[in-house]
Amino acid sequence: MTTPNTPSQNPTAEPTINKPAPVTPVLTKRWLSPTSWSLKTYEQLEGYSALRKALGGTPEQIVELVKASGLRGRGGAGFPAGVKWSFMPPNEDKPHYLVINADEGEPGTCKDIPLMMADPHSLIEGCVIASYAMRAHHCFIYVRGEALHCIRRLNAAVREAKAAGYLGRDILGSGFDLEIVVHAGAGAYICGEETALLDSLEGRRGQPRLKPPFPAAAGLYGAPTTINNVETIASVPFIVNGGADWFRTMGTEKSPGPKIYSISGHVTNPGQFEAPLGTTLRELLEMAGGMKDGVPLKFWTPGGSSTPMFTAEHLDVPLDFEGAAGAGSMLGTTAVMVFNETVSVPWAVMKWSQFYEHESCGKCTPCREGTYWLTGILERMLDGKGTPGDIDTLLDICDNILGRSFCALGDGAVSPITSGIKYFRDEFLALCAKNTGDQNAATASPALAGAHS
Amino acid sequence: MTGSNTGSTYGGSSVGAGTTHQETVGDTDVLGISPVAAEHLVTEFVEDLSVFDGIVAKARAIVLRYPDSRSALLPMLHLVQSVEGRVSQAGIQFCAAQLDLAPAEVSAVATFYTMYKRKTCGEHLVSVCTNTLCAALGGDDIYNKLGEHLGEDGKKLGHNETVGEPGAPGSVTLEHAECLAACDLGPVIQVNYEYFDNQTADSAVALVDALRAGEKPAPTRGAPLRDFRTAELELAGFWPEDEADYRASVDGPSAAVETLRGAKLAEDRGWTAKPYPAKAPLPEVEKK
Ligand SMILES: Cc1cc2nc3c(=O)[nH]c(=O)nc-3n(C[C@H](O)[C@H](O)[C@H](O)COP(=O)(O)O)c2cc1C
Ligand code: SF4
Ligand code: FES
Repeated sequence: MTTPNTPSQNPTAEPTINKPAPVTPVLTKRWLSPTSWSLKTYEQLEGYSALRKALGGTPEQIVELVKASGLRGRGGAGFPAGVKWSFMPPNEDKPHYLVINADEGEPGTCKDIPLMMADPHSLIEGCVIASYAMRAHHCFIYVRGEALHCIRRLNAAVREAKAAGYLGRDILGSGFDLEIVVHAGAGAYICGEETALLDSLEGRRGQPRLKPPFPAAAGLYGAPTTINNVETIASVPFIVNGGADWFRTMGTEKSPGPKIYSISGHVTNPGQFEAPLGTTLRELLEMAGGMKDGVPLKFWTPGGSSTPMFTAEHLDVPLDFEGAAGAGSMLGTTAVMVFNETVSVPWAVMKWSQFYEHESCGKCTPCREGTYWLTGILERMLDGKGTPGDIDTLLDICDNILGRSFCALGDGAVSPITSGIKYFRDEFLALCAKNTGDQNAATASPALAGAHS
Repeated sequence: MTGSNTGSTYGGSSVGAGTTHQETVGDTDVLGISPVAAEHLVTEFVEDLSVFDGIVAKARAIVLRYPDSRSALLPMLHLVQSVEGRVSQAGIQFCAAQLDLAPAEVSAVATFYTMYKRKTCGEHLVSVCTNTLCAALGGDDIYNKLGEHLGEDGKKLGHNETVGEPGAPGSVTLEHAECLAACDLGPVIQVNYEYFDNQTADSAVALVDALRAGEKPAPTRGAPLRDFRTAELELAGFWPEDEADYRASVDGPSAAVETLRGAKLAEDRGWTAKPYPAKAPLPEVEKK
């Protein structure tokens, strides 16, 4: 029995007047303006008006607003930003810190870097508002070192903002002080993990910390700290100006707002498309001009290599936090990497495994050793020396990494493998075809105790 | 059961499919392959730090940016690379002295991060993204082609190897890189961390030929090209002092077609987000 009145079953019944446009430029709306990165352009296009408004209210009001907007973290995990901010202690017994995660390194992800190049002041303004809301007087923007042009633009923006009185002492006569330091990383994907980032920012090897204590209790220099992604914080000035209800005109009840979808790979027109959360791949492909040269879609990631891959059967999955999870993956960073039929899944999986092996920080055994074995086995399979038993071994290793690693890098490392085997087992088997039959000896005597439960 | 199938295997699968670890990977002359001796990574004596005399003031300025001096270590290692094109034992001792750390503590950090180079870099560092997406679009071919093209005596130039006298004009260091966060513009190359987007094997060869010839081709996105050491100085937070140079570098291009694709599509179709309401007051909360 169907219920014809539910909007999902009958989209035309929805009042079209309330439907947002397919592309909703908010974060990206200034990007087309000439020298969009300059303070002059920014001020002409509503820049720093949200800061004036925010400083006219109390920190509690800003936290409440961000909570009401339903803004969820754009760095991958989707934690509600306002709730995270409210974990910061109300007193100032110790200094409070805001740290911006601009380490963008998840394979496929390419939204924060264009944002910081095109509109660095939106991030700076967001930082001032968020710092005011959390009573932080020191904010660090940790940018991956390879993003030199962003670092340059951010530094220039900080200089301009400071000269104009939007940063520094007694901002706009409010009595609120804030310093922003732009800090360059040095090439390590793991430093995107928020506690590894803090260790790195303290001048150490970037290795994750045990939680609890959570950063809001003991973060940078052991003091209360909030870590947010670039896109999360850059959304804040728009929420301050437009209000929570306006923000919720885009996206879904649980995943409100616009989101920058980064479409790359075998499509006609790859690029950045800011659309309401819940947009589907079918819709995104239409914006991107369809599959390149008409070669059919084979597999894709909804949000980077750490999110389990999807196939053509997932074209209509709404790409919001619930939709992606409901279909067995994760929204991640909305890094939509599209691969056509010419790409071998085991090859792609092997390449990603090499990445995780290289980037594993080495702190915990399942990830450090597991990624080594996964990569070696996949490389050997691709070399034509695989056996069907290898597939079970891969899954077994994945099982020993997933949920048993110290941080989420380990979990991410197994996503391409388990999802690749789930949807494309035949391709893995095909790699072993010529070795079946005569390899019983090799698979009969597992030599590593504990490898099989 | 053969009984010979012991050694380093995981559940019957072994990495190289030899029957023992030794057979799989060959015997290893640990000291022979260790860079420790060749690169003076471990030295008992105090190095001559005079090459760094010119950056002492800058090193102190970095320390002042942070509430805790140790936070200055990563930028300071970039600063050291701007002098020597690598992090040497002397560079490690310089940072340790500035920050009151043990050299071993600095070494532990320097060796963790990919961007700190142990061997002196060329005038230019060419990084080719070979992560999956770029690789599928041709990044692996580009990397292989460059290795062959820059190699000498029939030997390919390998990862982190340099053609030319390291640091001398026209010298080029090649590396393969992980995802450079420009996948919509893949295959991507960086030279001294400036972007050269949408590359092909041919365009990449033309690019390195120009670098070898002492030219400075313009990046697709980034500042006018300088050299690896200048890039490292910028990563340490020091920018051109000449105002015109500074503006030229900040204003270097960034607006790729791909970056603007969604915004442009919306403009062409007249698509926008809803306008803000006339009034959007901050929510009332109880005064705490
Ligand atoms: C291995 C790993 C890499 C990560 N890389 C990033 C990153 O580059 N940028 C980012 O914002 N978050 C990254 N994250 C997520 C952060 O740990 C953290 O959840 C996020 O910065 C919180 O910000 P948000 O709540 O605004 O999303 C990474 C997580 C892991 C486990
Ligand atoms: S899961 Fe991997 S990256 Fe994370 S702590 Fe363990 S070894 Fe390090
Ligand atoms: S995969 Fe090459 S830039 Fe992302």
